[in-house]
Amino acid sequence: MFLIGVIGVITRRNVIVILMSVELILNAVNINLIAFSRLVGSVEGQVFAIFIITDAAAEAAVGLGILIAFFRNKETVLGDEMDLLKW
Amino acid sequence: MLDLVVFYFFAALAILSAILVVTARSAVHSAIFLITALLATAGIFLQLRAEFLFIVQIILYVGGIMVLFIFVIMLVNLDVAEHQLRFRRQAWIATLIALVMGAHIAMAIYVGRAGLPLASSAPPSSVLEPNTELVGRALFSSYMLPFEIASVLLLVAMIGAVVMAKRKV
Repeated sequence: MFLIGVIGVITRRNVIVILMSVELILNAVNINLIAFSRLVGSVEGQVFAIFIITDAAAEAAVGLGILIAFFRNKETVLGDEMDLLKW
Repeated sequence: MLDLVVFYFFAALAILSAILVVTARSAVHSAIFLITALLATAGIFLQLRAEFLFIVQIILYVGGIMVLFIFVIMLVNLDVAEHQLRFRRQAWIATLIALVMGAHIAMAIYVGRAGLPLASSAPPSSVLEPNTELVGRALFSSYMLPFEIASVLLLVAMIGAVVMAKRKV
């Protein structure tokens, strides 16, 4: 199915606006799962996509919580400045 | 035919706005383009006859997660970060890694298309099967345990977010 060839292109977004990019990557995986679920003709790929969406929601909540806590302490949101572990 | 046109429209929209998410100057623009990308993804879901996922995508992602993102962007005022350079020093390495991963995916598609017997056949034409009912049945019969684990995961994430946002850690 040549549609999937185009879908694979979407999978290559990453880096920089990091959390949003993570959402993008999860979405690309979702598209792939659902495309294959349609190709195979079973509904299980969609079930897995639901679990991935759940994970994305949890990850976004926790990630943004960490971001807020970090901003409260350090007054920055740049990844370069996050060197708390580097002593 | 119409299917293909719709798919290519949404796919092009998704790819374009995904590129814009990564390259946009301010984080708010990035979030707006991310909303466009998520909506286009929802359109692809609808084109792939996954109506339940389409609704879930719009309600959960566009309604929930994006509001969260925009809240945080407003809370953490990004005016300071806007004047910094957008791409960090390892941008070249990131580009290299992305290219390598893209080559991997292209090779997988190239090899897999020859090996997959289903690949050349047309997608199964379904006559309006009750998508939501099928998903619900699968979710509550054979995927009961993962479903419960996912709910526990959500509970943990909720407690964690509350604890982290409550007082300074």
